[in-house]
Amino acid sequence: MNRRDFVGLTGLGATALLLPTLPGFGAKRVDPARLLEPGADTVLKKRLADAALNAAKSAGASYADVRIGRSLNQYVFAREKQIQNIVSTESYGVGIRVLVNGCWGFASTSVVTEASLAATARLAADIAKANKLVLKEPVQLAPQQGFGEVSWKTPLVQSAFEVPVKQKADLLLAANAAAMNNGASYISSALFQVNEQKYFASTDGSYIDQDVHRLWPTFNATAVDTKSGKFRSREALSAPVGMGYEYLTPSAAEQVRGPQGTDTIGYKLRYDLLADAALAGKQAKAKLNMKSVTPGKYDLVLDPGHLGLTIHESVGHPTELDRVLGYEANFAGTSFATLEWKAKNLPYGSKQVNIVADKLQPGAVGTVGYDDEGVKTKQWDIIKEGKLVDYQKIRDQAHIVGQKESDGCCYAQSWDDVQFQRMANISLKPSPTKMSVDEMVSKVDKGIYIAGAGSFSIDQQRYNFQFGGQLFFAIEKGKITEPIEDVAYQSNTQEFWGACAGSCDQSDYRLFGTFFDGKGQPTQSSSVSHGSATTRFNGVNVINTARKV
Amino acid sequence: MAILSQTEAQDILKKVISFSTADECEANMQGSLQGNVRSARNSISTAGATDNVSLAVTSYFGKRSGTATCNQFDEATLRRCVQRAEEIARLAPESPEYMPLLGPQTYQASPQSYAASTAGITPDYRATQMATSMQYCDSKKLTSAGFLNDSTSFVAKRNSKGLEAYQRLTNLDFSITVRTPDGQGSGYASTDFTDISKFDAARLTRTAADKAASSVGARAIEPGKYTVILEPNALLSNTDASLLGALMRSFDARSADEGRSFLSKKGGGNRKGEKMFDERVTIYSDPTNPEVPDLTFSGDGRPQQRTTWIEKGVVKNLYSSRYWAQKSGIPSLPGPGGFIMEGGTQSTADLIKSTKKGILVTRLWYIRPVDPQTLLYTGLTRDGTFYIENGAIKFPVKNFRFNESPIIMLNNLEAIGRPVRLAGNLVPPLKIRDFTFTSLSDAV
Repeated sequence: MNRRDFVGLTGLGATALLLPTLPGFGAKRVDPARLLEPGADTVLKKRLADAALNAAKSAGASYADVRIGRSLNQYVFAREKQIQNIVSTESYGVGIRVLVNGCWGFASTSVVTEASLAATARLAADIAKANKLVLKEPVQLAPQQGFGEVSWKTPLVQSAFEVPVKQKADLLLAANAAAMNNGASYISSALFQVNEQKYFASTDGSYIDQDVHRLWPTFNATAVDTKSGKFRSREALSAPVGMGYEYLTPSAAEQVRGPQGTDTIGYKLRYDLLADAALAGKQAKAKLNMKSVTPGKYDLVLDPGHLGLTIHESVGHPTELDRVLGYEANFAGTSFATLEWKAKNLPYGSKQVNIVADKLQPGAVGTVGYDDEGVKTKQWDIIKEGKLVDYQKIRDQAHIVGQKESDGCCYAQSWDDVQFQRMANISLKPSPTKMSVDEMVSKVDKGIYIAGAGSFSIDQQRYNFQFGGQLFFAIEKGKITEPIEDVAYQSNTQEFWGACAGSCDQSDYRLFGTFFDGKGQPTQSSSVSHGSATTRFNGVNVINTARKV
Repeated sequence: MAILSQTEAQDILKKVISFSTADECEANMQGSLQGNVRSARNSISTAGATDNVSLAVTSYFGKRSGTATCNQFDEATLRRCVQRAEEIARLAPESPEYMPLLGPQTYQASPQSYAASTAGITPDYRATQMATSMQYCDSKKLTSAGFLNDSTSFVAKRNSKGLEAYQRLTNLDFSITVRTPDGQGSGYASTDFTDISKFDAARLTRTAADKAASSVGARAIEPGKYTVILEPNALLSNTDASLLGALMRSFDARSADEGRSFLSKKGGGNRKGEKMFDERVTIYSDPTNPEVPDLTFSGDGRPQQRTTWIEKGVVKNLYSSRYWAQKSGIPSLPGPGGFIMEGGTQSTADLIKSTKKGILVTRLWYIRPVDPQTLLYTGLTRDGTFYIENGAIKFPVKNFRFNESPIIMLNNLEAIGRPVRLAGNLVPPLKIRDFTFTSLSDAV
């Protein structure tokens, strides 16, 4: 057990949500009003950055970048009828990365003055020089044009920090009441709000000011049958989003109903927290008396709120070039999709599988204008008609695969962490031809429809995986027959994507996402979204997870 | 700056308490100096150091509370911090679970939680340890990736009711993954110490390298129920969820009483006092154990003392918040930092010798809950899985996915080995019958 997490999270009351380390946890606690105060202006930030860049160059750096970061976070936690905790934090400081004699060096400081930044730049240069002792291959950096003074902001209607804390707390309490009035015995709910104010400057001549916003309302509702001793939970079907508080204004146009015979509702870029909590209460209670699945081969019809996690684990991670090359071998692992494997031109999946990496996608949590090494973001193909065509890579990796530019997916979770390659938004393209979820189900003889993400596990090279879900419905002869439980499917990445029999069209397309994609040592969290439409996979192995203890 | 002495820290905390105008006030201070070095492909990939000290003040007006923090400790800053905590407290909703602050407490001494040797680590020490590890792999034509992280820290508490606490801690974690150049073999080893005088990166690297070399050419055998020897790294991890960690994190009285834990009783209440595991299973926590010294006070000021959680297979105690303990009239026990599982004297090698047919598991990975009702978890073997026959390792086998519950596992116990320190806990290797592997993986 990790002592630090244990001590930290029990205090926050977040253990019920099974969350890993929160961004900004341990940062300075502030009054909520502080979250609305502006940070330093760009004139000052440019002066500070230049002090660091000049010091780095004088210390022998062939390249240097400076990230002046201000992270603002607010978390609201509620359980049943009470607010457990409201946490507002601010973290402000500067990270400086330098390239000296082909070696990286990094140092950071929370003392934001010209003198301190110059000293920190020199310290980074000293670390780079020390690392030269064990250098085997000098860093080769893909060329990058400078953009001058530019800015980018997450498109939003209303910043979540502008909404009074009481209104947000009341919304969670109302959601809790909705769940409990509909069958939940207990509920934990949370609202995560993040604002990263990032100023990037480099010796390439870029001065990039970005204002990045993210929001995630979520809950876990539990129904208990004391008599039988059974308990079952249903988590929120919301997604973390790269937008403002407007995500919490319900809109019928942004709702997608599940197949006929289910009562599920999926959400695009507007979420109805109260309606989902009420339904969750009902569904958690219904789960106490559902039929247990018969294990065997089934055709799976997977909704986007579920499939996003499978995409994340079985396509997102294995196509990260640092994993492919072995840089994550001691922690998250490596990848089956090595350069040698790619050269064989073997199928990753069926011809129906088209997967794109996209740092521009509206509403996605991994969307920014420029990455953390000054590269303008873009969209690019990862899998085309079932074949792996490219990886996710940053400036010091492009040359390894014979390319001349970065993909713009470099990220650091905070100013005091060094930036490195992180997953872009990785999404499955919807079908170009019309296909509704009802039509898809009507063609399935023996299958299971799965909504919502549940248990997830995959090996360190991304072959063998097992996924659960939130809601399962049996499909027989083209019709949803009844809700079932104890379902998990086990497959192999290439086998599973090879069994992909097509997706619904754009009208069914939705985003799944997370704030907590962990990688690196010390571990850093990154936010990423995965879009898809409901998709069918044929003949997948389903196990029954019920046990007696 | 980061590591303050008891007097320095308490002098600051006394000032904070003296500035308070609230009904109650508590102040917590912690500081740490941390350093790390990371390697991959037999080369250092990143290295860094952080220095951080902070103070958190929580003020109470009746059942309302507010917290503010600062990282400078002059009088003006401290006054502002107290004022801000009081302003936030006045605006906060009343907590129905409010508990008055604790008065003075007696804590056991645990001087072994701090070692000057660890506090004195320099960047050169880190680089040298890592270089030794990389050089060994270079000489054997193996590829390594490793991580070394060390920290020196202090925690200090004080409140307006007279509670006072202070302790210093040191720690070093090291882990190493060694792979064969063809990607067909992989091995892992990890360790942690309070006092680094016993740390030897090269020795750990040899263990991982031997596993890597001997795991080449793994054969596929049918998934199913097998007798397994789970090495400590297969039972506990500080980088992932784990079977024993999951079990010990589930000993919360409130979840059990609310009917949403495997420790809930049919018809209401919890299963404290019931025999749920093999009678050889005894698990306790003790912050003064010299092998795994820990904080002798908890975050809310309750003393951390030797506490038995499972005794001879019987659930002896559950932990809870102070509020829940008072509400349900149970002993008020904080959740432990680390835990100690009692074991025997046999090494993993001894356990292998007494095994007719079975599988040796170095490590389990990507462990996630499947069903909280039964504590069913899934995950995979990794970095060295071997077939055992007639008391000896016969050949490496392909990795498996498992679906298993630690409750079932600790009922199917065949033998317990000698405990070793891992992530601040003492964990023995275990021999378990009928461990459930449900599919094969091609991953190495």
